[in-house]
Amino acid sequence: MLDLIWLVPALPLAGFLILVAAGARLGEPRAGWVATAFTSASFVVTALVWISLLGRDAENRVFEKVLFDWLPAGNLRVEAGFLVDPLAITMALFVTFVSSLIHLYSVGYMHGDPKFSKFFVYLNLFVFSMLMLVLGNNLVLTFLGWEGVGACSYLLISFWHTRESAARAGKKAFITNRVGDWGFMLATFLIFTTLGTVTYTDIGALAPNLAGGTATAVSLLLLVAAAGKSAQLPLYVWLPDAMEGPTPVSALIHAATMVTAGVYLLSRMSPVLVHSDVSLRIIAVVGTATALFAALAATAQHDIKKVLAYSTVSQLGYMFLAVGSGAYVAALFHMITHAFFKALLFLGAGSVIHAMNDEQDMRYMGALRKVMPITGATFIVGWLAIAGVPPFAGFWSKDDILLAAWEMDGGGGLGKVLWAVGLFTALLTAYYMSRQVFMVFYGEAHWNEARPAPATDNDEVDLAEFEGPPETVTVEAHSEVHPHESPWTMWVPLVVLATGAALGGLLNLPVIGDWLFLERFLEPVFAGTMHHITAGTGTKLLLAAIATTGALIGIWFAAQVWLWRRVDGRKLEPRLLEDAFEVDAAYARFFGGPGRATAQLAADTDRVVVDGAVNGVAQGTRRLGFLLQPAQSGLVRQYAIGIAVGALGLATWLLIGAVA
Amino acid sequence: MIPVLGQVFTAPSIDWWALAPQLILLGAALLILVVSALLAERCPAWFSGVVALVAGAGVFVSGFYLWYDIRDSGPRSIVSGALSLDGFAVLFTLLVAVAVVMTVLVADAYLEREHMDSPEFHALLLLAATGAIVMASASDLIVLFLGLESLSIGLYVMAAMQFRREEAQEAAMKYFILGAFSSAFFLYGIAMVYGSTGSTGLAHARDYLNRLDTAIVDQPWMLMLGFALLLVGLAFKVAAVPFHFWAPDVYQGSPAPVSGFMASAAKAAGFAAMLRIFFVAFGQSRTDWSPVLGVLAVVTLVVGVVMAIIQTDLKRMIAFSSIAHAGYILVGVQAGTSEGTAAALFYLFSYSLMVLGTFAVISLVQWQDGQPLDRFEGLADRRPLIGFALTVFLLGQAGVPLTSGFIAKFLVIKAAVDERTWWLAIAAMVISAAGAYIYLRVIFAIWRRPGAVDEEGGEPVAAPVVPPASGFAILGAMAFTLVVGFVPQFLIEFARDAVPVLLG
Amino acid sequence: MDVTTGWYLVLGALLFIIGGVGLLIRRNPLVMLMCVELMLNGVNLTFVAFSRRLGDIAGQTVVFFVLVVAAAEVVVGLGLIVSIMRRRPDVTADDLKLLKG
Repeated sequence: MLDLIWLVPALPLAGFLILVAAGARLGEPRAGWVATAFTSASFVVTALVWISLLGRDAENRVFEKVLFDWLPAGNLRVEAGFLVDPLAITMALFVTFVSSLIHLYSVGYMHGDPKFSKFFVYLNLFVFSMLMLVLGNNLVLTFLGWEGVGACSYLLISFWHTRESAARAGKKAFITNRVGDWGFMLATFLIFTTLGTVTYTDIGALAPNLAGGTATAVSLLLLVAAAGKSAQLPLYVWLPDAMEGPTPVSALIHAATMVTAGVYLLSRMSPVLVHSDVSLRIIAVVGTATALFAALAATAQHDIKKVLAYSTVSQLGYMFLAVGSGAYVAALFHMITHAFFKALLFLGAGSVIHAMNDEQDMRYMGALRKVMPITGATFIVGWLAIAGVPPFAGFWSKDDILLAAWEMDGGGGLGKVLWAVGLFTALLTAYYMSRQVFMVFYGEAHWNEARPAPATDNDEVDLAEFEGPPETVTVEAHSEVHPHESPWTMWVPLVVLATGAALGGLLNLPVIGDWLFLERFLEPVFAGTMHHITAGTGTKLLLAAIATTGALIGIWFAAQVWLWRRVDGRKLEPRLLEDAFEVDAAYARFFGGPGRATAQLAADTDRVVVDGAVNGVAQGTRRLGFLLQPAQSGLVRQYAIGIAVGALGLATWLLIGAVA
Repeated sequence: MIPVLGQVFTAPSIDWWALAPQLILLGAALLILVVSALLAERCPAWFSGVVALVAGAGVFVSGFYLWYDIRDSGPRSIVSGALSLDGFAVLFTLLVAVAVVMTVLVADAYLEREHMDSPEFHALLLLAATGAIVMASASDLIVLFLGLESLSIGLYVMAAMQFRREEAQEAAMKYFILGAFSSAFFLYGIAMVYGSTGSTGLAHARDYLNRLDTAIVDQPWMLMLGFALLLVGLAFKVAAVPFHFWAPDVYQGSPAPVSGFMASAAKAAGFAAMLRIFFVAFGQSRTDWSPVLGVLAVVTLVVGVVMAIIQTDLKRMIAFSSIAHAGYILVGVQAGTSEGTAAALFYLFSYSLMVLGTFAVISLVQWQDGQPLDRFEGLADRRPLIGFALTVFLLGQAGVPLTSGFIAKFLVIKAAVDERTWWLAIAAMVISAAGAYIYLRVIFAIWRRPGAVDEEGGEPVAAPVVPPASGFAILGAMAFTLVVGFVPQFLIEFARDAVPVLLG
Repeated sequence: MDVTTGWYLVLGALLFIIGGVGLLIRRNPLVMLMCVELMLNGVNLTFVAFSRRLGDIAGQTVVFFVLVVAAAEVVVGLGLIVSIMRRRPDVTADDLKLLKG
């Protein structure tokens, strides 16, 4: 059974090839069904492999299958081979599972798109690359997948490239990711020159020989790589812009799978990371800072997908915090639950956008729960999961991470600080997600209200939003919107994912004795590199209670502002209303003053500093080009001067070398 | 035996079989010239093309024959030490043969469309190719110089073949003046080597340097001066900065198939000569030249990439990117190891196919006022397969995995890492990260809907006619790029087998 | 005063440099072509001088090859210049700047 592992990436590849050859001929919807079938088949094979892996002893669940020597370059041998171990198979399982569902969803979502079959071509290629990334048995093969998923990501972000913003977003993603790729390549070469191998099993065996400085260098380079792919500070800028892509792409690539590649890479290289406490701390700090920063930014968004994008960045920050705390299992646990609920939320958002005739501004939604019962109900499950309300999945995984941060060894109280920030971020998470749910699914319908004249700036926190949609002159008469529930291909995945988001916690449930399935399964991979929780049950329960309280405060706060103030209950419950009003006013003051400044700062940092850096590099390069351009003057005699000067230079250098 | 002035002159025994590639090319070129001159108007239009194609294919086959011959009976020196017959020479023979075949296939329809004289074009192409092969196999500097000149003179004329276009005239003129200028430097370098070692043979220079340690050698500086001047001539040929200025102007002004030939065969011949001179003659003083080449490589990379980014004309952009690729190859060369050299050979082979393919696609779209990038918008929509092929070539040049370009970049950078020249490896990686943007811009443009252009008032690209010969060449190059990306082993082995003669 | 081969070498080098500088400062394409010829002849002289000093005939045969190559270059160069001049009679090297940037 284990030998069949090559089928796992081969099936999506076959789908890709078939669609390349005959996609246009198959047309809609058959091209979509073919793609879905191949991806689902890949999931089935993965599950079979997983079951036979479970049949082995816990210590013996590593299997390597080498297909052929891919790059035999002298002392460096790079094989094309697969490494099947609990970590890889866990990744492969949830990647193929979520991918199959999103393929199915896309059949409905992309209905009527002129490039229907091309979309599935890219999607299948993506699944193939992602599986190569997680199943490859060495760094170079992972890099191959890494580049592949990146390429698919750019292609899909700018899928609607007639939209100028989409093309620009694709380029931005590309440029930012090159920084990360550079870190990856450098780390690979450094590993190779010091350990003489790039194969994971050998790295694991030889890592103890690494000098501390080298381990730190490798770890930090890997962090650069991971920060690029997983959208961490300061390389996260591309992810919010990536929402220009079709929504299933946002769900699959920019929420559930590709962006977790960085976390996977760091987990895979844990034998190296463990030798560098410094870099582990840096990883934890970067993750926490990203989590907080992105959560702040999310509170100020109006675009339904942008909220989710910043939320993804924030949740990825949690995973980095977990990795930095040595809690790899918690990181993977959160990765899986996050894949469920975030894919669910994105697909739900897609369903809403679909129903609202491509409207993405939440201020023009509201009360959708009634017309879209299934989307509404599943979205609410996703919301409770991400907000960390027990017993939904997100609660358990987030709790594990916060516990690990609390216990982070050494660091002089750093762990406690990170825990506190993480907790505050959890509160913010509950707040902004509740805000979204209330704005979209509750309250009154604002579907056909007039739009303000200038396009609303998503980065700006405007006090006007408290007065409901701003009343300004209408510039475009929107056609009447009549929201409706989406077709079955779209809601079935929602229901399946909602089940996952609700029950995902079972994977690693701490309460029922020694269940902890995921931890037991993954433990052998991280033996010796993982931090083991030492806290007693009392501490655990206390921390869990604090986290839950935080989440509830966030939801309550949001409800005060976004839900109940819309109920016209001034006369019925004056006191409560007054309170609400005060909260409202306090909130308005807060956001008018320091809060607004903070959120604005976050938004500005995004736009000016980080965007600026990315654009700055591009600009700088161009400027250097224009600086050099006069040399290419077209005058042949100046060219000859170049040759003469070059000849003099070479002669001088070599003569000095010869004499000295 | 013929008595000459009292001395007995023994004509060198010549292994004619070993000269087969050069003889085939030369013979075909003469055949084309004679037949087309004698028959004039009655000469069928297809004649010269077919002869050139057959000649290219014949060289390819004879190259394989020689490869196995060398494997059986070992490398040897032919024509009394003027040329060497070894794996290294054969590798470049095959590369030149591929370039000739590709160029002939692509030029077929191009010549007709642009009203160019095909017999002259083909004869010059074959003569230039002969020069390239001679350069790669020369073991004497004077022979090398002759090869260099036959290659260059052929290319000067080919650049000017659209003699009614002002750009073509200008390109040819610039190429000619600068080429002659740098050849003079190269020749002076030969004179210096001759003066200090007493011979123009490469092996003599090596023996001379070997004696340096033991015996007193009067003027090592003269040898090093000669070496520097030789480097000038070859750096010009491969378009390394600051000897690169001609390349963008010439590539842009020349007919697209000719630009492709310059960027592949001519560049490869320059590198072949460089490798042979450096390793065979100056292998001893590797520590002297390695840092020089390293600096040259970085400057070349930076200028090539930075200038390519600001270009708006596709041909010019590819010209600057071709300069950058010379920089990568130099990274492999400067390592001075067998691995680095093999990496450089691998790079040359895979890059040549990619750039030939790129120029083949460009040659399908001819505009009176150049090849501005926006004219290529929507190419992929009109001709999906051609668009896909161009995407593959561009991704390959950007060094994206699963293309030959990735393996090539990986190997040269690894060679630098192996030698612990970290600064160079890091620089090359950073620049490759930035450089990918160049190709991305083009890919975005060709996949963009042509509608975007309509709105701005420009005229959208008409679906270019794809003649079967060009299509065949483009698909062949694409297949090669992808296959080598997936299973690079055979080409790596091939490149590695070709190296040892240099180090022996 | 003995005129050693060294003198010829210096003369050859001077010719080479004069040719090189001439190419850099003159604008007339024809004169530039002649400057290249001057450089090549400087090299020729150097070869002959070395040949004499080393007592080796090879250096003198090289000169024949160089002469042939130079002749071929002149043919091509003159052809190019004529084809350009036919269209623009007073063209100088600095007027050829259509291609730049």
